[in-house]
Amino acid sequence: MKTGLTLEHFFIAMGAFLAVVAVRLAMNQGHPKRWGSAAFWLLLAVTTGAGNKLPNELTGWMVLAMGVLAATGQVASPIFKTDVKAQAARAAKLGNRLLVPILLVPAVAIVGGYFIGSQLALGVGCLLGMAVALVLTKDSPKAAASEGGRLLELLGWALILPQALAALGGIFAKAGVGEEVAKIVSISLPVGNPLVAVVAYCGGMVLFTVMMGNAFAAFPIMTLGVGLPFIVKAHGGDPAIMGVFGMTSGYCGTLLTPMAANFNIVPARLLELRNDYAVIQAQAPFAALIWIFNVTVMALCVYPK
Amino acid sequence: MIKLLGILLIAIGFGFRWNALAVVLGAGVVTGILAGFPLHEVVGMVGKFFVENRGLTLPIVLMVPVIGLLEKHGLQERVAAMMVRTKAATAGHIFWIYQALRGALSILGISLGSHAGMVRPLIVPMAEAAEKLPTDTPEKIREKVRAHGAAAENVGNFFSDDILVAVGALLLVKGFFDTAGVPVELDALKRWSVPTALWVLVVGWWRYRALDRWVADKRKGGV
Repeated sequence: MKTGLTLEHFFIAMGAFLAVVAVRLAMNQGHPKRWGSAAFWLLLAVTTGAGNKLPNELTGWMVLAMGVLAATGQVASPIFKTDVKAQAARAAKLGNRLLVPILLVPAVAIVGGYFIGSQLALGVGCLLGMAVALVLTKDSPKAAASEGGRLLELLGWALILPQALAALGGIFAKAGVGEEVAKIVSISLPVGNPLVAVVAYCGGMVLFTVMMGNAFAAFPIMTLGVGLPFIVKAHGGDPAIMGVFGMTSGYCGTLLTPMAANFNIVPARLLELRNDYAVIQAQAPFAALIWIFNVTVMALCVYPK
Repeated sequence: MIKLLGILLIAIGFGFRWNALAVVLGAGVVTGILAGFPLHEVVGMVGKFFVENRGLTLPIVLMVPVIGLLEKHGLQERVAAMMVRTKAATAGHIFWIYQALRGALSILGISLGSHAGMVRPLIVPMAEAAEKLPTDTPEKIREKVRAHGAAAENVGNFFSDDILVAVGALLLVKGFFDTAGVPVELDALKRWSVPTALWVLVVGWWRYRALDRWVADKRKGGV
C-alpha cells in the first residue's frame, strides 16, 4: 500500500516538538541550566527535522556540539514536583478509559505494520493515541507538550545515545575494526580444538556485542573470523546450529553493555532510576545463565556424531 | 592494531563513568582519524549516520507526550488501583507473565511492547502496586524492582525472535549465510531457536522469584 506519508514527515513533526521543548526551556527563568539545555534541544530539533537536507558535515558538527554540551554538564533537568493527590482524583474520574490510548498504540502499530511498515505504523499509532488521550482527558495540546517535555528532560542526553552509538558503529565498520578483532581472537586462542572453537565463538560474540552494543554488528564479523573457518570448515559443524546459538550468545552481551543504550541506559532514565547501570545489574545473572546454556547446547549438537 | 584505540577509549570512558555521549562521539572521531580519514570526512560520517538512525529515537519522542498526559491524569494510580484487587500477584509474577507474553508474540514476529510504551506506563506501576510498595519505600528496593521490569522487556524481546513467522534476526542470519555461500535452511534456524526461548522462561522464573524473596526479606528486616 502506497501512501503520501513517509517517515520524513514524522521526523519533521518530531523536530517541531523538540523545538517547542527548546523554546519553553529558554523561557523558563527558574531552570538551573537554562541556555545550555535549550541549545541542546534546539540542536537536536534541527538535526532531526532538517537532518536530511543539511550537509552531513554541518550536522556532524552539531552532533559533536551536543556531545560537548552534555560533557560539560549543560544538559540538566530541574526537579519536577508531581501532585499525587490531584492525579489520584483525576484517575478516579476517568477510570479504566485511561488505558485506552496506551493499548491503542501497539494495536495500531501491529495491525498497521502489515500495510505500511512497522515504523510508520508506530508513528501513526502514537498520533492516534495522542488524539484519543486529548479527547479523553479534555486537556490541551499545550499540556501534552509540557508533560512530554518533562519526560524528555528526564531522559536528557541519554535520548540520543543510541543514535551516537549507531554513528560509532558505522565508523567502526568503515575503519575495519571488526576484522582486526576477529583476527586477534583467532590467533590468540587454540581454536584448532573443536570445543575451544565453540567457546571462543560464543565468547567472542558476547565480547564483541559488549563493545559494539549490537549483536547484529558482531555476528558477521565473528562468524567470518572464527565461526565459519574453524567450526564449520575445519570441524564440519552445522552452520544453522552455530548461527542460532551464536546470535543468542550475542544477545547475552546486549544484556550486559551500556553500549546497547536503547535497551539498558534509556530505560533506566525512563524509569527514573538513579543508577544508570541498574538495568544491566539486574540482567547480568540472566545473561550468565543463558550464555552457559547456549554454549553447552551448541557444543553438544553442532558437530556431527 | 592502532585502530582499536577507540575501543580502549570506550572501555576507559565507561569504566570511569565519564559522560557516555561524549565518550562515544569522541571514540568515533578518534577511530575515524586513526583509520586515515581526514577530519571533515569523519565529522561528515558522524552527521550522516546520526541522521540515518533518527528512527531509533522517533518512537520514544512520539510516545512521551501521550504517556506524560495520561500520567498527569492519573494513569499510574489507576493501574495501581486495578492491581490492589488482584491479591495474589507479586512483582515477580507480573514480570514473568509479561516476559512470557512478550516472547510468545515475538514468536509470531509481533513486537508488542517497549520501555516507553509498556514498561513505564503499565508494567512497573502494576508490579509496584502488586508489591504494595508505599510511597516512602527505600529507593534501593524500588530501583531493583523497576530494573527487573526493564529486564523482563529485554529478555522477552530478545530470545524468542520469529520462531514461527520470521521477520528479523533469523532472516539476517539466513541472509548472511546465503551471501557467504553456505547453504542453511530457514526451518532449521527456527527449530534450533526453540531451546533458548524455553530456557529463558526457566531463568526468568528463577530470577523473578529471587526478586520477590529479596523484597520480602528487605521489608521484614525493617529497612
